[in-house]
Amino acid sequence: MIEARGLSKRFGSVLAVDDLSFDVRPGTVTGFLGPNGSGKSTTMRMIMGLDSPASGSVTVLGRRYHDLPWPLREVGGLLEAKAIHPGRSARAHLLTLARSNAISRARVDEVLELVGLSAVAGKRVGKFSLGMGQRLGIAAALLGDPGVLLFDEPVNGLDPEGIRWVRTLCKKLAGEGRTVLVSSHLMAEMALTADHLVVIGKGKLIAETSVADFVARSSRQSVRARTPAPHQLSEALTNAGGTVIADPDGSLTVTGLSAPEVGDLAASIGVAVHELTPIASLEDAFMELTDEAVEFRGGS
Amino acid sequence: MTALIGVPASFETANIPGRAGLRRAMAAEWTKLWSVRSTMWTLVATVVAVVGLCALGTGTVSPSDIIDDPTRRSLIGIFLGQLIFGVLGVLVMSAEYGTGTIRATLSALPRRPVVLTAKVLVFGAVAVVVSEILAFSAFAVGQAILSAKHAVGSKAAAAQRSQQLGVKIPHNIQALLTSGSASLGQPGVLRAVVGAGLYLAVLGLLALGLATIIRHTAGSISAFVGVVLVLPLIVQALPTSISNAVARYLPANIGLVLFSTNGTPDRVGPAFTPWTGFALLVLYTVVTLGIGCCVLVRRDA
Repeated sequence: MIEARGLSKRFGSVLAVDDLSFDVRPGTVTGFLGPNGSGKSTTMRMIMGLDSPASGSVTVLGRRYHDLPWPLREVGGLLEAKAIHPGRSARAHLLTLARSNAISRARVDEVLELVGLSAVAGKRVGKFSLGMGQRLGIAAALLGDPGVLLFDEPVNGLDPEGIRWVRTLCKKLAGEGRTVLVSSHLMAEMALTADHLVVIGKGKLIAETSVADFVARSSRQSVRARTPAPHQLSEALTNAGGTVIADPDGSLTVTGLSAPEVGDLAASIGVAVHELTPIASLEDAFMELTDEAVEFRGGS
Repeated sequence: MTALIGVPASFETANIPGRAGLRRAMAAEWTKLWSVRSTMWTLVATVVAVVGLCALGTGTVSPSDIIDDPTRRSLIGIFLGQLIFGVLGVLVMSAEYGTGTIRATLSALPRRPVVLTAKVLVFGAVAVVVSEILAFSAFAVGQAILSAKHAVGSKAAAAQRSQQLGVKIPHNIQALLTSGSASLGQPGVLRAVVGAGLYLAVLGLLALGLATIIRHTAGSISAFVGVVLVLPLIVQALPTSISNAVARYLPANIGLVLFSTNGTPDRVGPAFTPWTGFALLVLYTVVTLGIGCCVLVRRDA
């Protein structure tokens, strides 16, 4: 259980996190969603007591992180990939952490096995790929067998097999009754991993909701239509107030009109429709909600 | 993906008595210190600097040279050794920031003064042991070389020369000539050797304190070199009236007095007594570490 209340953080003149309140409950995977620079990492660092909030508070299991008697046994965090001394071996890095929280050496080998790094346990971390670094970070988070897990962008640098592994792992950990918070800026990934979402933009809470509700709330649903007379239909749809994009494969993507409206309109002008699919994407929902709140936008 | 663990119900609290405190932190620091190669390399480099420079300093003495202070002569490598040792002290802290490991460290041990204390105790203990071994080794090697030279050295040469000239060498001069090498039983010698080791160790901790404040490796090393090497040069360039008032406070001069057995070397000017100087050096280090601790607690990691 993580409870954030009125959490704020300022870096110079920038309010990185702005009066953020949310709960992360045990037993489900909570996705922490926001564009780059929206304050996800800063929030996670505040949860783990690394950054101190300008105001507000955040507790883990009802306590401030600082007051946890054995932090690694209660909270496991993956905050940055490869934030590990490159000259130290994977095993030595984990052993250092284990020693600090009275965790057995056997557990070190156990988590190395679990993340699939046993074969390279004695190798220096500097030689690791980004994906291996992520796995080592996940091993460190799991080291104390904690009830609360924070993963900041865990799939960065992982191959598709690794991504699926993280997804399965998160669900498994939540299934065991743990509290799992996973941040990402990738909607599609969250749709597959998370049950619940905390969405932020520019440091402010945008939504705290289930994945299903989040998608349903999006007004920008689009409809894909396939027809032998794209020009005719396109013109009619545009006249009816829709926005139409002609895709290269000959289908039309329509926004601003629902699927029944598109179907009725086609019938009324006598155009055949071969396909009519409503597309409700989490990506769209996210884009819509955070549109106002994107910190860094590429010039267009 | 084998057995991850236990029962869902047990995730509210960890039922282990006590808490992750100083003892655990020290165990972690010990593992950390010896699990990177740089520790061993810097220690080896310090040995080479201290003992090697001692051998050079004593080995190049010609048999007829009158050696001002054989103890100091054999310990002169400490001044090179302190630079390398300082790098090790800096790395104990700055490597954590440079690599990002500090986040893992402080996640495991969120009470930051405990982390710094553990570093000071573990590195301090290693530093004292290594420095004392170095000081005694340098002394032993240096005196062995000096006495080997001296066996056919200044006393015999002087006696022969005075006989030729038909003059009697005054007693005090004779004593000076026979002091071509020193032994631990002579006045001030044990203090100089023990003091040299302690000086080296305390400077390592001063470097650790600077790195806790500055965080960056290069910046911390620069600051350390500035304090022990550049500051004395600046003071030397000042008018005598000012430099005489200031020079005694410099760590390098405190060290020089500490490993001299025949009083204050001329270039220091008015100085503190050896242990008063050392106490001042310890005070600098404690203050630096204290500031470092405040900074560590207040700043975001």
